[in-house]
Amino acid sequence: MSFLYVHGGLTPAQWITLLPILILSATIVFVTGAIAIKRHHWWNATISVAGLNLALLPLFVHFWLPQLWTLPLPQTVTPLLGIDGYACFYMAMILVTALATATLSHAYMEGYNGNREEVYLLLLLSTLGGLVVVCSRHFASFFIGLELLSVPLYGMAGYLVKERRSLEAGTKYLVLSAVASAFILFGMALIYSQMGTLAFAEIGAHIGVIGGSERSVIVLGSAMILVGIGFKLSLSPFHLWTPDVYEGAPAPVTSYLATASKTAVFALLVRYFVEARAYQMPSLVNVLSALAILSIIFGNVLALRQDNLKRLLAYSSIAHFGYLLVAVIASGPLAVEAVGVYLLTYVVTTLAAFGVVTLMSSPYNDHDAEDIFDYRGLFWRRPYLTAILTVALLSLAGVPLTAGFIGKFYVITAGADKHLWLLLAAVVLGSAVGLFYYLRTMIQLYLRQRWVQKYSAPLNWAQGTGGAMVVLLMLAMLLLGIFPTPFIALVQAAGLL
Amino acid sequence: MILIWLFMVPFIGGLLCWQIERFGVTLPRWVALTTMFIVLVLSLYLWHTGDYSQTLLGSHGNGHWVEQFSVPWIPQLGISFSFGLDGLSLLMVVLTGLLGLMAVACSWKEIARNVGFFHLNLMWNLGGVIGVFLATDLFLYFFFWEMMLVPMFFLIALWGHNIPGGTSRVFAATKFFIFTQASGLVMLVSILSLVFVHYRATGTLTFAYDALLHTPMSAATEYWLMLGFFVAFAVKLPVVPVHSWLPDAHSQAPTAGSVDLAGVLLKTAAYSLLRFAVPLFPHASVSFAPVAMWLGVIGIIYGALLAFSQNDVKRMVAYTSISHMGFVLVGIYAGTEQALQGVVIQMLAHGISAGALFILCGEIQERLHTRDLREMGGLWANFSYLPPIALFFAAASLGLPGLGNFVGEFLILLGSYKAAPVVTIFATSGLILAAVYSLMLVQRAFLGKPKNNEKLSDLNAREVVTVVTLMLLLLGLGLYPQPVLDLSRASMAAVQEIYQSGSEPLAAASTTTTMGSP
Repeated sequence: MSFLYVHGGLTPAQWITLLPILILSATIVFVTGAIAIKRHHWWNATISVAGLNLALLPLFVHFWLPQLWTLPLPQTVTPLLGIDGYACFYMAMILVTALATATLSHAYMEGYNGNREEVYLLLLLSTLGGLVVVCSRHFASFFIGLELLSVPLYGMAGYLVKERRSLEAGTKYLVLSAVASAFILFGMALIYSQMGTLAFAEIGAHIGVIGGSERSVIVLGSAMILVGIGFKLSLSPFHLWTPDVYEGAPAPVTSYLATASKTAVFALLVRYFVEARAYQMPSLVNVLSALAILSIIFGNVLALRQDNLKRLLAYSSIAHFGYLLVAVIASGPLAVEAVGVYLLTYVVTTLAAFGVVTLMSSPYNDHDAEDIFDYRGLFWRRPYLTAILTVALLSLAGVPLTAGFIGKFYVITAGADKHLWLLLAAVVLGSAVGLFYYLRTMIQLYLRQRWVQKYSAPLNWAQGTGGAMVVLLMLAMLLLGIFPTPFIALVQAAGLL
Repeated sequence: MILIWLFMVPFIGGLLCWQIERFGVTLPRWVALTTMFIVLVLSLYLWHTGDYSQTLLGSHGNGHWVEQFSVPWIPQLGISFSFGLDGLSLLMVVLTGLLGLMAVACSWKEIARNVGFFHLNLMWNLGGVIGVFLATDLFLYFFFWEMMLVPMFFLIALWGHNIPGGTSRVFAATKFFIFTQASGLVMLVSILSLVFVHYRATGTLTFAYDALLHTPMSAATEYWLMLGFFVAFAVKLPVVPVHSWLPDAHSQAPTAGSVDLAGVLLKTAAYSLLRFAVPLFPHASVSFAPVAMWLGVIGIIYGALLAFSQNDVKRMVAYTSISHMGFVLVGIYAGTEQALQGVVIQMLAHGISAGALFILCGEIQERLHTRDLREMGGLWANFSYLPPIALFFAAASLGLPGLGNFVGEFLILLGSYKAAPVVTIFATSGLILAAVYSLMLVQRAFLGKPKNNEKLSDLNAREVVTVVTLMLLLLGLGLYPQPVLDLSRASMAAVQEIYQSGSEPLAAASTTTTMGSP
């Protein structure tokens, strides 16, 4: 054990809190080796899923069985990573999302003729990046994590290399993501030039006493970082890549892109705003308000006439991140709680929606089942699968009994607490517009079919792991909607302040 | 505990309807009928056993509900799963149970496909409505308020009619949903603001109705919050500038949907005004009353005029609903005990009479395959039961003495005259207009030269029993309304007291100015 105690090394407690990241890293090595030994789809997928579960185990015990064992929190592991309840909560969320994506990928990739195994490797790498991002409290780890999160996604989005739209999605995401990274780097450099530090907490400590031209450089730097984050979160007006990438990428990858990658970046945004005291820059908060309103308007309005389910969900995710920003702008402990609850409900709902799309699709049809007319009358063929998609759409629309309502309720609570009337008006109007396209899609599921359908999930869809995952997600949506108390307690325990 | 069952029974019954369809197509109908029957029996049992001279509010009450139930739900936010019952809510639940039975009965033949899923939606909608009538936690109340929309959306969108030349049923359903949900969100913002105002004043975060009742707040805050509530209720009632979803929804909805919509759903708005908007914001309500009453008058006259010019029978009845709900709005904001009691009677009577008219519309449509008045005429020759029954309900709608509507409208006008004479004079014109459109309906549909002399299949036993029950109830309400008035007296007296307390500071202010001016 002596190597643990070398000068400047980590204490056992720090090693233990790092467990999820360490286990995941080990899994990546293991999967690489397993693929090298033998290409076997089921086997490699199982190793990945087992690794994800193992990484999740300490977090699971920490949150749900605290009487057995808890992680020694909070720990600062080198200046780069800070692991506290907040980080652990989002790590758990990202790991669960990755698990869902892995099982969905397994269902989806079964019909693919090319090399199916590397998608898990990319997924695990990206997940590792996500874990680093939510733990980071330093610009260096932030950037490393963000790149580790994004770079594998280029590969995942373009995974079906023989398909033009998938390749296009991968390329598009690569170019725009690289631009965003450049913006973030430049912003960091500007802040560093005035502050001489890259740690969030130190920036926050000094920001109050800095004035004049130095302050305006910092504001400029923060704004550039915000632009980069805006790209990653596809906030309007940086959203142009979103529908194309969502449409072109394979359905399970889209679900990962829409949930895990955005959750990680958003969790970081909130942490940065709180720890680096970005709230003390009113101009930044004004910019955020503008982004929120624009995202809500553009997201909802552009979704109105969409006949493509994946594009529709892309626009709807733009709007949802607009709602989330309202909670961020509200600031304070309630806002952090609102963000946590909203992200949880959003992730569960989006995964369920894309899960159904995945089960309906297979990569060797010429494209995914994404046209909403492909879903016409699905209820009369696959009633339970349709019920799941219905609940997901209602949840996205924020109707009671579903998770989305609790999320929307929290956002409005946070806004009403801080008297953000303009933003709340945007939320209300946006939700009203949003109803139109959610209902329009939903009713298609129930209308009687007029012609023979090209797309249907296999009859035994619920027996595979992907199907089981989607059923679980629906139960989670209903549970969150009807009895959210334990989840709220969880989010409250993972507060930032 | 019995309160829980009141709204749980429809939810469980609905699920049962859905699943039992695989064993037989008529089974869901019987299950639904039984479900609503249980609800009705439970509510009548409560009527029989409870002491309804008490209520939460007012000096006559003893500060608690007749029946109540409460368990924590989301304790972090001070949200509890709490229900309360007094005379007003009991009457509304009885009405829901009754019209629920009628809705199931009248769709016996009309709904032929996906019977199980249809009844699932119907039952869940009614369950949500009962939840609205019973909830005493503002979060829970909002939860039910929004939840009842989804089943209604499905009822209209999936089993509705596509009227040739009209808008599609999906359009109507979507319009209904967006109107009500958007206004509901405005109310949610208001609810949350109220909760935070209360939190800042007292330090406790709670959504409980009785705790929020006497929240101290500035006059401007109170006015804005009240408006937030009013918008939601105005859309649902509906009040004229935001009414346009109602005729569309009615003309595309299946009969059961229309009965449910006119009979029960509109009443949730009137009930909510009496239960929430006025008691939570008494001062703002008093100062808003003139505006609201004039909106009511506009509704009365506008609804009546448009009803007169409709060719589609169901659209016509929908516009009469707008007119009748105008009376309710006037009565609520008049705030005298007579007017408020009239509102209660009017709600019940309109629920029964409009429900019956929609059932008759459905029966006419089943037989003639049209609802266009231009294609009817002389139907008296084709049927022997249907026309006189329709005449009876048309007479009820015009406010014939001896029937429930007359009692309601008369009490409202009598009570309002003391509070606002000019408004009342204009509102009275609604009675004349009602006579015009009701008689016109009878004239155009049933009298005149028959198009052909063949006898069409008349009402069968099920249909006769349905409408005759409603006829008897309407007669009972018109001839001996006392039991109902007794039941709601305590609740209405309390609302009236709140009104007075709301006008007191204003009255005090005006007396000081009059004393100071000479």
